[in-house]
Amino acid sequence: MNQNMQMNEELKKSVLEKVRKKAAREVNWPVTVLLILGLSTILFPLYMTIVIAFKQPSEMTNSISGILSLPKSWSLANFREAMEVTDFWNSLFNSLLITVLTVLLSIVLHSLLGYVVGRSKAKKKGYKLIYFYIVSGMFVPFAILMMPLVKQTAALQLDNMLGVILLYTVFYMPMNVLLYSGYLTNIPIALEEAAFVDGATTWTTYWKVIFPIMKPMHATVAILTALGTWNDVMTPLVIMSGSKNTLPLAQLSFQTQFGANYNLAFASYLLALLPIILFYLICQKQILSGVVNGAVK
Amino acid sequence: MGTKRKKMGKEATYLAITIPIVALFFLFNTLPLIQGVIYSFTNFKGYGDFDWVGLRNYMDLFTDGRVGKSYWFTFRLALVSTVVTNVISLLLAMGLNSKIKFKNTLRGMYFIPNVLGSLVVGYIFSYIFTYILPAFTKLLGGEGTSILSSTSWAWVAIMIVCAWQAIAMNTIIYISGLQTVPQEVYEAGSIDGVSGWGRFKYLTFPLILPFFSINMVLCMKNFLMVFDQIMAMTKGGPAQSTESISYLIYNNGMSGGQFGFQSANAVLFFVVIVVISVMQMSFTNKREEQL
Repeated sequence: MNQNMQMNEELKKSVLEKVRKKAAREVNWPVTVLLILGLSTILFPLYMTIVIAFKQPSEMTNSISGILSLPKSWSLANFREAMEVTDFWNSLFNSLLITVLTVLLSIVLHSLLGYVVGRSKAKKKGYKLIYFYIVSGMFVPFAILMMPLVKQTAALQLDNMLGVILLYTVFYMPMNVLLYSGYLTNIPIALEEAAFVDGATTWTTYWKVIFPIMKPMHATVAILTALGTWNDVMTPLVIMSGSKNTLPLAQLSFQTQFGANYNLAFASYLLALLPIILFYLICQKQILSGVVNGAVK
Repeated sequence: MGTKRKKMGKEATYLAITIPIVALFFLFNTLPLIQGVIYSFTNFKGYGDFDWVGLRNYMDLFTDGRVGKSYWFTFRLALVSTVVTNVISLLLAMGLNSKIKFKNTLRGMYFIPNVLGSLVVGYIFSYIFTYILPAFTKLLGGEGTSILSSTSWAWVAIMIVCAWQAIAMNTIIYISGLQTVPQEVYEAGSIDGVSGWGRFKYLTFPLILPFFSINMVLCMKNFLMVFDQIMAMTKGGPAQSTESISYLIYNNGMSGGQFGFQSANAVLFFVVIVVISVMQMSFTNKREEQL
């Protein structure tokens, strides 16, 4: 009886071993090939954008091959013209300024509030209430705030980039405070108490001890906030109402000037996509882990 | 002890941090929300004088054909996109999580659509639907008309673009979910003879259920608020067949003289989003508890 069980156990082990070995050894080629073929759904629109951006209107015959063949020469003329038409450098500067300042403000303000609320909400009802008040802001769609905000920002003379930055700081507050206060539960309170005993104030303890420890969360918050603000159209569209362009907004504003010249339009689209693609290629690892962290937490 | 200046206490510091930040939040989130609700009881055009109209805007919402159409379009789009996105990204994630070559490169490439701005993506796809796709269907003997100009098919084009970008995001989340499933579970399963669909249904899916619910909530919320793609591809047309709720509120509220009426629409939209989110969360919580 006992021997039987032992044999059974051994058999199980050897089967397990086999399964494991087999799994470790084999590359699943059919799936690899399928996935590579599937990439065409992503690469085709990008390929089309690139070839059209480099072509001259005369090369665009009315057939697919005319549209999708490689350009005769890789001239940058379309890009030069697109930059002029859309005031590219100005739009790029505005987009960068808005994104960078929003990210900095978010990291400072949201981590502070996340810290205070995270440390107090278990013991104090008031802070618990504040926590729910801020986090529930996640459900408020921009559509309901849009019209009153146009009036309000105009009255406060904030219908400009500063206004857009402040609005983003508010719109991303619910998610970021949730992330920061969640992350804080992993940080032992003993660390702060040690610093406090050494005579540091709450304020200096925060900046010297807590803020540096939250670095992984800063990265997540920075990436999520940056991706959202960089690509957003609606907020600058209604708040700045055409007085200043961001990179995506410029595509919308100058759509009529591209007219039927799709080569010029696509050169402009490619220019608008290029900064974020480069950023992604450089920081791919951080972006992927940041996005997953943000969604899963 | 030379200086007597007392250090600011912990409580005082906490308050000094909380009050200004919460005030900022109130100023740009709660205050406009309250204003929106107030405007919804008026016939404000966006300029000039206005009168209180009580609940008339809300009653009109339910008889207004254009509003009804936009809810139908938005919900159909959100539901179909959510299903399509989740099915494809779950399949993709399982592929990208299996023993394949070039794993990291492939994962990185499949995420690209998510970092691109949806307005520009909308313009690019709009060209594909207007010129490339009809040319193909013509080759195959079709009529060669663009689906963007068809009142019954234009929403499918929007759905495809929405899914194209959302799949990238959901796949990454599913991959991180699949990585939490220990290899031993499959080993034990394969000894017990569980494979194929059964393996997915009884082993994989229950274990990644939390990730499934994250994706459902994310998808529904984002798709219900769709705006950029509409702006880039159809501007609500043809014949208002692709007018999303957000687009209608923007278009008629900002420049159509319906500030008050569209405020009521926005309040309704807000309530709908809250109800759906709460329902989704309580549903998935229940499912997770059962397991």
